[in-house]
Amino acid sequence: MKAEKLRAKVFSRRAAIVAGGQAALFAGLGARLYYLQVVQADRYRTLADENRINLRLLAPPRGAITDRFGELLATNVQNYRVVIIREQTGDMAATLARLAKLLAPDSFDAARIRHDAKRRRAFVPITVRENLTWDEVSRLEVNAPNLPGVGIDVGLSRHYPRGAQMAHVLGYVAAVSEADLTDDPVLQLPGFRIGKRGIERRFDARLRGKAGNSQVEVNAFGRVIREIRRQDGQPGARLALTLDAGLQAFTTKRLVRERSAAAVIMNVHNGDVLTMVSSPGFDPNEFSAGISRESWRRLMRNPYSPLSNKVLQGQYPPGSTFKIAVALAALEAGITVGHRVFCRGFIELGDRKFHCWKKGGHGKMNIQSAIRESCDVYFYDIALKIGVDRIAEMSRRLGLGEKYDSDLDGQKAGLIPTRAWKRAVIGSRWQKGETAVAAIGQGYVLSTPLQLAVMTARAVNGGIAVVPRLALRAGAAQPDFPSLGISAAALRIVADAMDQVVNHYLGTARKSRIEDPAMAIGGKTGTSQVRRITMAERAADLHNNKKKRWRDRDHALFVGFAPVTAPQYAVAVVVEHGGGGSKTAAPIASAMLAEAQRRDSARAAETIAAVSSS
Amino acid sequence: MMHGRKSGGQRLMGKLWQVNWTLVLLIGLLASIGFAMLYSAANGNLSPWASRQMAIFAVGLVVMLAIGLVDIRFWLRHAYWPYGLTLAMLAGVEILGKSKGGARRWLDLEIFQLQPSEFVKFTLVLALARYFHRLNFDDIGRPQFLLVPLFLIALPVVLVQRQPDLGTALFMLLGGAAIFFIAGVRLWKFAVVALAIMVAVPVVWPMLKDYQQERVLTFLSPERDPGDKGYQILQSKIALGSGGTFGRGFMKGTQSHLNFLPERQTDFIFTMLAEEFGLFGGLGLLGLYAMLLAYGIAIAMRSTSQFGRLLAMGVTIMVFLYVFINIAMVMGMLPVVGLPLPLISRGGTAMLAVLGGFGLVISVYVHRDARIGRHGEDG
Repeated sequence: MKAEKLRAKVFSRRAAIVAGGQAALFAGLGARLYYLQVVQADRYRTLADENRINLRLLAPPRGAITDRFGELLATNVQNYRVVIIREQTGDMAATLARLAKLLAPDSFDAARIRHDAKRRRAFVPITVRENLTWDEVSRLEVNAPNLPGVGIDVGLSRHYPRGAQMAHVLGYVAAVSEADLTDDPVLQLPGFRIGKRGIERRFDARLRGKAGNSQVEVNAFGRVIREIRRQDGQPGARLALTLDAGLQAFTTKRLVRERSAAAVIMNVHNGDVLTMVSSPGFDPNEFSAGISRESWRRLMRNPYSPLSNKVLQGQYPPGSTFKIAVALAALEAGITVGHRVFCRGFIELGDRKFHCWKKGGHGKMNIQSAIRESCDVYFYDIALKIGVDRIAEMSRRLGLGEKYDSDLDGQKAGLIPTRAWKRAVIGSRWQKGETAVAAIGQGYVLSTPLQLAVMTARAVNGGIAVVPRLALRAGAAQPDFPSLGISAAALRIVADAMDQVVNHYLGTARKSRIEDPAMAIGGKTGTSQVRRITMAERAADLHNNKKKRWRDRDHALFVGFAPVTAPQYAVAVVVEHGGGGSKTAAPIASAMLAEAQRRDSARAAETIAAVSSS
Repeated sequence: MMHGRKSGGQRLMGKLWQVNWTLVLLIGLLASIGFAMLYSAANGNLSPWASRQMAIFAVGLVVMLAIGLVDIRFWLRHAYWPYGLTLAMLAGVEILGKSKGGARRWLDLEIFQLQPSEFVKFTLVLALARYFHRLNFDDIGRPQFLLVPLFLIALPVVLVQRQPDLGTALFMLLGGAAIFFIAGVRLWKFAVVALAIMVAVPVVWPMLKDYQQERVLTFLSPERDPGDKGYQILQSKIALGSGGTFGRGFMKGTQSHLNFLPERQTDFIFTMLAEEFGLFGGLGLLGLYAMLLAYGIAIAMRSTSQFGRLLAMGVTIMVFLYVFINIAMVMGMLPVVGLPLPLISRGGTAMLAVLGGFGLVISVYVHRDARIGRHGEDG
């Protein structure tokens, strides 16, 4: 019994120790609880909110683009898409099979949808197909009871009502690429589109607007439970362009008759570009929807390069249209109307012969008749007298060989050679022959149709350094362009000569004249060689364009202005490998200028009618 | 036993009068807190958890009282049977067991599933109490008499460890050691064992296979586990801490209800409670547990038999370990070992096992003055 008592005593002592230990450990738990819930409470409260509150961006609607009269050129249309939610649909395969009966069965990829559905959370909507037609939407609505978990979502997508007509000017929008990412968080939104070319790229910041946001409470799986706060964004600004959509349509129709061509009309005083067409074009709507591989490949393979805007990016030898710049350079350098050159069809320079386009020669030429009849020999002569650097200097003043500080996206600079340029780039001395070649806009000289239109505009607007533009500026905000400092007399002589090109019975573009004196046009033809003509070909008369392959044919060019009496518009037309400028390019330019002026007077008549009737 | 029906009925009524009803009330209170938390965990629904838990508790309450009313000498005489039975079930898990979450712990009995390791904790107490009760106090000093109880502990520890469930294995080792301690095993022996373990670790470690080493390392630092136990603990601390002093309110715990808190109906139920009821709720629950444990200890001290003392104290220690390990775990003080909070977490087996354990404690209380011989005969 003594042992029993001892046992009880030992037990009591040790049980007390255990109880004490337990009490101490419980106190430890209490202390830890206090630390977490009182000392650190704020920190964990913040973490908890970060956990559950999600900031979602709301994409702003992109600003619309209109022409100068407010006609919509780019808008947002509601894009209906079918989505399917796995957790609501039950038997996915059966629902998809029923969907396939209602939509065209091969219009969506069931395997892709099942794959996506497996990888995403059960409550995330999976897009089955985008861009549903009204017909399809209503068919789905009618059958909704048989399609559990199938919904129709509405998003905005970019739409270009005029399709290919505006493709090059407007550019297009497409998914954001890695290189486009800036600190604007809206770019990270899935499905967000950004301007990739043209106006859409150039004015992207203005058109894009500001994203709104919505604070939502989410659970651990990312499912939205409720919206806590919402802040609407700011839609993109509306943008009006200088273009005239009707004139653009006219020009497009006229150009599609050629395989590959570019044309532009601008206002000679303020630089407004009224029409700018590069043909063939493409449908920018395909890009907003996400272009198919097949369509993309077709565009890339097309030999007439539909994706590039040839008005800004096509660099062509300007041919005889360049004679406007050469003539002005010569007049500034002291050559007078009295200076005469006898053209017998060619000149000889050292052991090389430089031909005039007219085999038998033009006979006696002065500066005006040489422009009118496009005599090459006369221009060889004056170019050799003044030298290439003077020609280059005048060319630059007229806007050749440079990109304009303007809102035209993706311009190419072209090339105006000088002695220094050749030494620096080619590494050899400038040859006299090269001056002769440059005088007729061949050799190294390259310019874009836009530059040729600018050159023409500056030559007929009183020598003002007009710069082309696409964004319309209202009323008072007209730019104040500086004078180029060319003598009025020289400008007068050249403008008269360009008048004669079209309206004189010997002019190279006589067939393209406009009879109405109020709308008469002036201009200059150009035919630029793509390939050098060999002696043998010349002898056998094989350089006749009709006999050549398309690629080897000459480019046809025409620059012009209207009306002759008080110039308003400058035009430049290039038909790639179109043969002769007078035959192919001049009629197009003439039709365009006629249409531009006709539309002006029609509008004026409308306004008068409106004013008098009110 | 030659009692007639009537006298048997009278005796039963008398015994029921003897039951420590305050203890039963405490248990009922804790279980009710559990029901409320399970109701909240199901976003205000009785199904699937709360209603089932109530049914199990009702069954467990009857089982507890039945165990409590059985004569303590019966439990002494047959102490090894429950131990053997549960050990057999544990072995059965090894052979027929169902695995959940990578470990085999479950025995599928068609209607319901059992987790034998929960029962073993208490049958082990029963067996050890039986053994030390019989042992002459002087013999405790002799190491050879400690071999049998060591073996009693080692058997379930090895089986559980193979599941693998290192947490429960360590749990039983700790509980067993505590019973050795209160039984009067000399302190220096604990010191020797502790020293031996410290020496053995660097020797045994390289001998372990890679997967065994991995298992131990995962236990010690859960961040290594691809199962994202590190994430669980962080979310648990966020939920707890964001509860603050007064909590977010019943059913308003954002972290729990938005599913950021994992396993909120089982292992992390304390976190949800502390998020919804704050520091006051958490400390209140700790207080209730402390009272429950205090009752257990008091009953143990009051018992006149060594068996009763060891049994009541042993059960109390096991319940304490449950509570402490679970709460320390959800507060990031201990590794995540997958242990429920007794009487509150969802889970039928643990509920039944804990109630059964308290049944034994009640039996000790009801028969506190019974004199018991070394083999369970009336003394």
